[in-house]
Amino acid sequence: MSETILDVNDLSVTFDVMPSGAWPWTKPLKLHAVTDVSFALKAGETLGIVGESGSGKSTLARALIRMVPASGKVVWLGQDLLVLPKEAMRDQRREVQMVFQDPLASLNPRMTVGEIIAEPLKTHFPETPKAEVRERVQEMMTKVGLLPNLLNRYPHEFSGGQCQRIGIARALVLRPKLIICDEPVSALDVSIQAQVVNLLRDLQKELGLSLIFIAHDLSVVKHISTRILVMYLGNLMEIAPAKALIEHPRHPYTQALISAVPIPDPKVAKAQRPIGVEGDLPSPINPPSGCVFRTRCPKAQQVCADAKPLLEEPAEGHFVACPFHE
Amino acid sequence: MALLDVEGLSVRFQTADGEVRAVNDVSFSLDKGETLAIVGESGSGKSQTAFAMLGLLARNGKATGDVRFEGQHILGLKEAELNRIRANQISMIFQDPMTSLNPYLRVSDQMSEVLMLHKGMGKGEARAEAVRMLDAVRIPDGAARIDMYPHEFSGGMRQRIMIAMSLLCRPKLLIADEPTTALDVTVQAQIMALLSDIQTEFGTAIILITHDLGIVAGACERTLVLYGGRVMEQGETEAIFEAPRHPYTLGLMQAVPRIDVDDEALATIPGEPPDMMNAPPGCPFEPRCALAVENCRDVMPVLEGGAHLRACHRAVEDVR
Repeated sequence: MSETILDVNDLSVTFDVMPSGAWPWTKPLKLHAVTDVSFALKAGETLGIVGESGSGKSTLARALIRMVPASGKVVWLGQDLLVLPKEAMRDQRREVQMVFQDPLASLNPRMTVGEIIAEPLKTHFPETPKAEVRERVQEMMTKVGLLPNLLNRYPHEFSGGQCQRIGIARALVLRPKLIICDEPVSALDVSIQAQVVNLLRDLQKELGLSLIFIAHDLSVVKHISTRILVMYLGNLMEIAPAKALIEHPRHPYTQALISAVPIPDPKVAKAQRPIGVEGDLPSPINPPSGCVFRTRCPKAQQVCADAKPLLEEPAEGHFVACPFHE
Repeated sequence: MALLDVEGLSVRFQTADGEVRAVNDVSFSLDKGETLAIVGESGSGKSQTAFAMLGLLARNGKATGDVRFEGQHILGLKEAELNRIRANQISMIFQDPMTSLNPYLRVSDQMSEVLMLHKGMGKGEARAEAVRMLDAVRIPDGAARIDMYPHEFSGGMRQRIMIAMSLLCRPKLLIADEPTTALDVTVQAQIMALLSDIQTEFGTAIILITHDLGIVAGACERTLVLYGGRVMEQGETEAIFEAPRHPYTLGLMQAVPRIDVDDEALATIPGEPPDMMNAPPGCPFEPRCALAVENCRDVMPVLEGGAHLRACHRAVEDVR
């Protein structure tokens, strides 16, 4: 078993929001974006994080690298990132890079591709000689499948898939240990999506990277992940090895989620019976007591309202936050 | 007689950089109560095909060809005549329900406006009918919520409102342009189930425009695959999924990860989508096609094959 590189303990993120029409001196409301999430990540592993919109998956990722203020513990290679001084945090950021959803919006339109990919290098190692920077940039471009002679082009001259490759090259240039991908393929067409997913998989194998892969598309997440973490309304519902989670989901929410994924095969699709999840997502400002899913859960009972369910381990490595798991 | 007959529909846009050929020679027909899927990636011309039929093209766009709805030629009709058909006979729902609803108006006003305009109903009568329709799309407590503004509803509820609104005049044809793309999977499942129920209840024919093969498989009897503004393959959904006869369709199906199948690496289609400005004279898929031969570049293959149409120079047996 390889070593744990990231150990997250009881991570919570709350935002202050002003109720509409409130006076400036009114006390803001607390929005619970992420509540007490714990998990560990091993070297060379891909952890998929799935959840529907508003489940807090992106906020969770951002909290890991302190892009949003959080409480709890994020232990990265033995150091708690959340209490690290700013300067030391900057050094750690070299090791953890991020790839964002909208490929074009996450690239500066006034910088050339070469400048974009070189920027992390120039920020963290300003003394690197120019020739070496250029060499590294071209090396990265080749690695992600871009022609290195396109160095002086601007982002708008590239298609969505190519822009995502530029984003990946930028994340790779510092040779990080972990890359957090926030919906990296959601904005891409199917044929391009497959290219980017395969690229990430190949790079991971080649460079021994760890990946955190956030997406709402379960089929894609299943395809790329070693383990999958399911979130709902800021809470961890289930975390398990990918195959076990997809084939034997134990949490009622995961079961509903998986049953709703459309399957591109008319014979299977016509026989598919999605488990209905009634109603709407509750407000994260005033989440339900106990289990946050109980308001829409077909199995909910009184105990679900009384206390937040503990994480149980019914099978090895398979954790589920529901007392009525199957 | 088919409900809708589209023959040789082409759409051209004049831009400062030259002519964009968004849709080329698309033909299909649709019977009453039938569901047809138009599948394609971004830029394939799937939305423009629908816009052209309803006269909704941007000002620099021009549609040619023939579109007959119940025998009537509707392409190039005057605005006033088109307005009688739109909403009354054919209605459309769009991808993002928030941008298609007026944020300044209560849902009740937006919905009754349709009925007052097209059916000449009085205010009270229109409102009652609107409430009935909200019940039909399973919005709980419609009578009370009809006076809310669009932003007070969730994304799935807004899409239900759009569907309710589009059904108010009992159209014979509903065009749904990526109706669930902006929604979560559990909500998507609800909306697709709703569309299917509504089809049985009202007998509406549906054209479903989407990029998601999973949705097509579950909801549509017939499928039309577009690429670069041209029809690549067309036929019964089951036949196409069972044995795709066009290299593009085949590539697309292999590129989609499936939740119920264990697969190692995904098959990919190399290269990038075509540049519609300088479309090659031949098959638009030729630059990315593994099976391309000499004349693919210069000669556009003819769409042929009876019930299961395909446009490819290679023999059916070669595509696998």
